[in-house]
Amino acid sequence: MQSQKTQGEDRPLPPANDQLAIELRKICKRFGQVQANRNIDLQVQPGTIHGIVGENGAGKSTLMSILYGFYQADSGEILINGKPAKIKSSRDAIDSGIGMVHQHFMLVETFTVLENVLLGAEQSAMLDKSERNARDVLEHLSEEYQLSVPLDAITGELPVGQQQRTEILKALYRNAEILILDEPTGVLTPQEADQLFRVLQALKDRGVTIILITHKLREIMDITDNVSVLRLGEIVSTQRTADTSTAALAELMVGRKLETQSFEKVDNPDAENGIEVHNLTVKDDRGLTRIDNISFNVKRGEIVGIAGVAGNGQSTLLEVLAGIQSPGSGEFVINGHNVTPDTTISPKEMREIGVQHVPEDRLRLGLIKSFSAAESSVLGYQNRKKFNWRMFLNIRSIRAACKKLMQAFDVRPPDPKLKSSSFSGGNQQKLILARELEQSPSVLLVGQPTRGVDIGAIELIHQKIIEIRDANCAVLLVSVELDEIMTLSDRILVMFEGRIVGTMNGSDADKTTLGLMMANAMDNAA
Amino acid sequence: MSTSNVELPAWIEVILIPVLNICLALFFAGLIIFAIGESPLEAVGIMLNGAFGYDEGVGYTLYYTTNFIFTGLAVAIAFHARLFNIGGEGQAYIGGLGVGLAFLLLDGYLPTVLLLPIGIIAAALFGAAWAFIPAWLQAYRGSHIVITTIMFNFIASAVMVYLLVNVLIKPGSMSPETREFSQSSWMPFMHEMLAVVGIDVTRTPLNLSFILALVCCLLVWIYIWKTRWGYALRTAGQSEAAAVYAGIKPKRIIIITMCISGALAGMVAVNEVMGVHHRVILNFTAGYGFTGIAVALMGRNHPVGIILASLLFGVLYQGGAELAFEMPKITREMVVAIQGLIILFSGALALMLRPAMVKIWLAIMPARAVAQHG
Repeated sequence: MQSQKTQGEDRPLPPANDQLAIELRKICKRFGQVQANRNIDLQVQPGTIHGIVGENGAGKSTLMSILYGFYQADSGEILINGKPAKIKSSRDAIDSGIGMVHQHFMLVETFTVLENVLLGAEQSAMLDKSERNARDVLEHLSEEYQLSVPLDAITGELPVGQQQRTEILKALYRNAEILILDEPTGVLTPQEADQLFRVLQALKDRGVTIILITHKLREIMDITDNVSVLRLGEIVSTQRTADTSTAALAELMVGRKLETQSFEKVDNPDAENGIEVHNLTVKDDRGLTRIDNISFNVKRGEIVGIAGVAGNGQSTLLEVLAGIQSPGSGEFVINGHNVTPDTTISPKEMREIGVQHVPEDRLRLGLIKSFSAAESSVLGYQNRKKFNWRMFLNIRSIRAACKKLMQAFDVRPPDPKLKSSSFSGGNQQKLILARELEQSPSVLLVGQPTRGVDIGAIELIHQKIIEIRDANCAVLLVSVELDEIMTLSDRILVMFEGRIVGTMNGSDADKTTLGLMMANAMDNAA
Repeated sequence: MSTSNVELPAWIEVILIPVLNICLALFFAGLIIFAIGESPLEAVGIMLNGAFGYDEGVGYTLYYTTNFIFTGLAVAIAFHARLFNIGGEGQAYIGGLGVGLAFLLLDGYLPTVLLLPIGIIAAALFGAAWAFIPAWLQAYRGSHIVITTIMFNFIASAVMVYLLVNVLIKPGSMSPETREFSQSSWMPFMHEMLAVVGIDVTRTPLNLSFILALVCCLLVWIYIWKTRWGYALRTAGQSEAAAVYAGIKPKRIIIITMCISGALAGMVAVNEVMGVHHRVILNFTAGYGFTGIAVALMGRNHPVGIILASLLFGVLYQGGAELAFEMPKITREMVVAIQGLIILFSGALALMLRPAMVKIWLAIMPARAVAQHG
């Protein structure tokens, strides 16, 4: 590192004195007509943290999958520690000293931490000896890297942060010298993320090379030594992190200048309530309390943002308000209609009374991947008169309506006949938002409006949500992206384990306080 | 692994790959025939000639085809709602019971114009009713439909044996079957209808049900792809969560779809009971319900594909029978083995050739610029 000289932008770094930990030469990968990776040259210095950023679909995941043996490159070379490596499977990758922590953990939830770590690395038919060995090694590792995880706890019962550490331990146990982390902070609170970064720092200090894939530029700035930007399958820049800025990186990612968005916050205490929730409690099928006695309101012409780490009851709240789940006890009034456990309103009726819902999980709920865009654009409205002619669906009017939505929300490509799955996440989301906003809702429920959406589309989606607020709609926004919550919300509620643990005004919200509330650590911090 | 998400043009997916699969199956069938000392080419010739070479062969081929279309459609429509209806056999059998009961009661009193629709409706209703019970159990009690429909095949079989032996049997008869229905309830034979317009063909079991099968194909296609009910069905099949979100009730979809599926399977009774035997006999379903699964699989659950697959199986049945007759070394069991090979290659191994096709396709296709999406 010391020997490195600062180079101009857009040029690869020169090799350091030591051998490169990873060198990719002219890696190309094509899926059908999509060139996912094109002539990728990447050099990762040993003992550094190397960030890789790029929009969704820029080719980050493909590249890492090639490195980890899930895909084979069509052409190009991989060198590990200066030696050419043939990586045909994850087994080869592990043997070459590469470990990967996936965005979605690859853990058996019913196993203990120890069993998970051992899985696939057992040394003998009977487990007891392997387990003893593993326990010694793991205790040593935990200590060395401050990676404490209870080895005998059932993995599924641990908080996500600890599950992630289990993944890291798994990699280290397999002697990984190069660790790839794919969007590791997506599921963590800001404080948990800080802990993770301390671990990564400790790993780096002991010579582990780390590749960090993320779309959060702030993390790149905070922790990486070098950063590469991918755009449309190509590396457009590799530079020292110290020499760049979030604004510059964002511009490289998108390929154009971005305006920073800021919206006026509103506060009209006299507006009537669009949503009023009283003492709502909801249990899931297993009897676990998902929502624990919460009460709040959303006024017309106001955006209330629900912040919280994923899995703290926000999803359940959205589904209950949308009529998908019934409230266990308590009640709520939505757009003037009273809902109690005995008088529920179905999703169909909710649509009719002006409550529209943009679901969190757009691929599972919001659209049907195998349907054409036109078919997806009437999901939930398929029985409307204008989309039917006698007993038949009126394909022509459905396509025309879809085309109109696509134009209004700049969905690309604007082709109603194209399969829904062929659109990028951002364009799928724009189509869903268009479908729901077309109904001019009085109450809008929005979940994760920009998850997996590229920066360009985020601008438009935020703009449209603000517009509907200004049209006097009551908007309830659920998002795990604190930045998004803070940008859009007039009022912020923080959920933790099904309870509302904090409230802030959008105008004076700050990230640290919200982060502490999300971890329910306000008292400890004070 | 990496090829499954590459999209191939439709003609490769739905024509080239299935045809190659069938060729592979025939190749291995040829090896078997060669191994027992017969000429594979001659065997193929006998089969094709037996199936298409003369009007009687064509009649039999299309008669078998009719059954496969009904059971194939039954499996396919359920499949679109992500339901695996393995109970076509039992539903067809009970459909026959419906026809039998209706005609035993009414065939002496009503004219043909009424009896035919009544028979068809009875077959559909009884088939649907037999599918309704597993559907209800799946929707409201969570019993897996694969298990229950299999069980219901056995139950149907036992019920029919009991009824035919003890209740519906023709008085004084030794064989477990009903009396013959009056001729006014018979489905018109194709050779009879063609004779009316002056075309003279050999007498075969082929009857009006074949036309009914084609009509069912059209109706199923319209229902699944052109109506809002089909939209709801496909939505529920793709994602139950999305269906609930869209205000569709998945439980209702399960029940309605299974009833339609059962009704289609029940139509086998129209072909067999109303069209050919003119009485209810033991095991008239002869495995058509099970073969329907292979037909739907091969036909990619699309009515057009099902017609083609049914035709193929019709050829195998009729040509196979001919083959067993012409080449004594090739037994009936041999023919079943050949059918099994075809099912194996075009069903279970349907995707075996795909990765290779993807590679070839990608090699031929000029590299395009990175797509805008991804």
